Amino acid sequence: MIVVIDYNVGNVKSVCNAFEYLGCAAKLSCAPTDIEDAWGIVLPGVAAFGYAVSALGSLAELIRRVASAGKPLLGICVGYQMLFESSSEYGRHKGLGLLGGQVVPIPPGRVIPHMGWNLVELPEGMRLFTGLGRQKHFYFAHSFCAEVTDAEAKIAYTDYRFEMTASVQKENIYGTQFHPEKSGKAGLKVLQNFHDICERGAQKC
Amino acid sequence: MLTRRIIPCLDVKDNRVVKGVNFLNLRDAGDPVELGARYSDEGADELVFLDITATIHSRKTIVDLVRDVAENVFIPFTVGGGIQTVGQMDELLRSGAEKVSVNTAAVANPNLLAEAAQRFGNQCVVLAIDARRSKDRPDRWQVCVKAGSEPTDIDVVEWAVKGEQLGAGEILLTSMDADGTKAGYDNELNKAVTEAVNIPVIASGGAGSLDHLYDALIDGGADAVLMASITHFENYTITQMKEYLRDRGIPMNL
Repeated sequence: MIVVIDYNVGNVKSVCNAFEYLGCAAKLSCAPTDIEDAWGIVLPGVAAFGYAVSALGSLAELIRRVASAGKPLLGICVGYQMLFESSSEYGRHKGLGLLGGQVVPIPPGRVIPHMGWNLVELPEGMRLFTGLGRQKHFYFAHSFCAEVTDAEAKIAYTDYRFEMTASVQKENIYGTQFHPEKSGKAGLKVLQNFHDICERGAQKC
Repeated sequence: MLTRRIIPCLDVKDNRVVKGVNFLNLRDAGDPVELGARYSDEGADELVFLDITATIHSRKTIVDLVRDVAENVFIPFTVGGGIQTVGQMDELLRSGAEKVSVNTAAVANPNLLAEAAQRFGNQCVVLAIDARRSKDRPDRWQVCVKAGSEPTDIDVVEWAVKGEQLGAGEILLTSMDADGTKAGYDNELNKAVTEAVNIPVIASGGAGSLDHLYDALIDGGADAVLMASITHFENYTITQMKEYLRDRGIPMNL
């Protein structure tokens, strides 16, 4: 069972809907026992960073702990941004610090937010993209982006007139700046892949 | 590279999709969930659902509709029509909408845009503007509210700039003069707004042929084109639109 963290921000339901559509077992919950027992965790998020961090509250520490112990974790959009050390959206906010890097404004000189479908180059070895080929379009909607400083992180980029991080993988920690739950068939495949990663992990235990 | 977007618009009344001309003479165009799912399958980049009745009764219906759509459609969609509070936005976003659009309520209380942006992030907040060309100054447009029924003396370009400053992350710009006419978008309007703001602008109102879409994206500078009549009544499929635009050199998600 995958647990999608329910923490009073927008669009958590859409991630559950996508898993349900795929026939994958997933549950929307903020109960610590569910999080401890889950095969894997999805941290979704449509919110401003500061609001999301305060809405997550004490769950942040639990998520950091179980993720550090090896449970697969997928952060989406603001949920992905929260995996980094800090953000400067509407003030300075600390993130979970599971990935090295900062969340900063998209550089000026282009339309912001970065909104719509952009082509992501999919490097080999990023497990979320198994079976998707070398590049696919995904749906983005954001004004801030991560500057990754983590040497161990594998990164997939997209071109927004600069090389922008679209997805990160470091051991059991996964993140997508784009919304797989809103990216049509390619996005559903990303969620299916995450589910399969979690299921394989659960069978090993 | 970021692609330009094709966005079918579903005006919803009494749980049916309808479409009129210049906001009047409504025709039935089908079931909103079925039509939304069909457009998603055909390759639409996004959908917009507008509750054009926007009454207390329809508010409940639209939340149910958002839930239904979100269970069946896995592309982003915006919901608008009669939204007045951050609480209502929260309910729609939590039910599965990616973005919410506000029009009349933002004119009455511009601070709503700022409150919403700080809570949800500006990428969730769409400022819908219904624009009518001014009779006295044909190079200007006036903002109309209450589903276009009430003209104000607010200038469209100035309002768009102010909306961006307050926290809107996107502008849905409808030309009331062109709406439903299939005579082409008002690209003077689109150009005036896209040159004044740095957030994405969706051109709306007037799509009748494939070259109209091209003109709105190139001459009007729009990031996305919204259409209703030409998709609902099956003049063109989404694929036809995208292939045409791609063949003319515009990056599309195909």
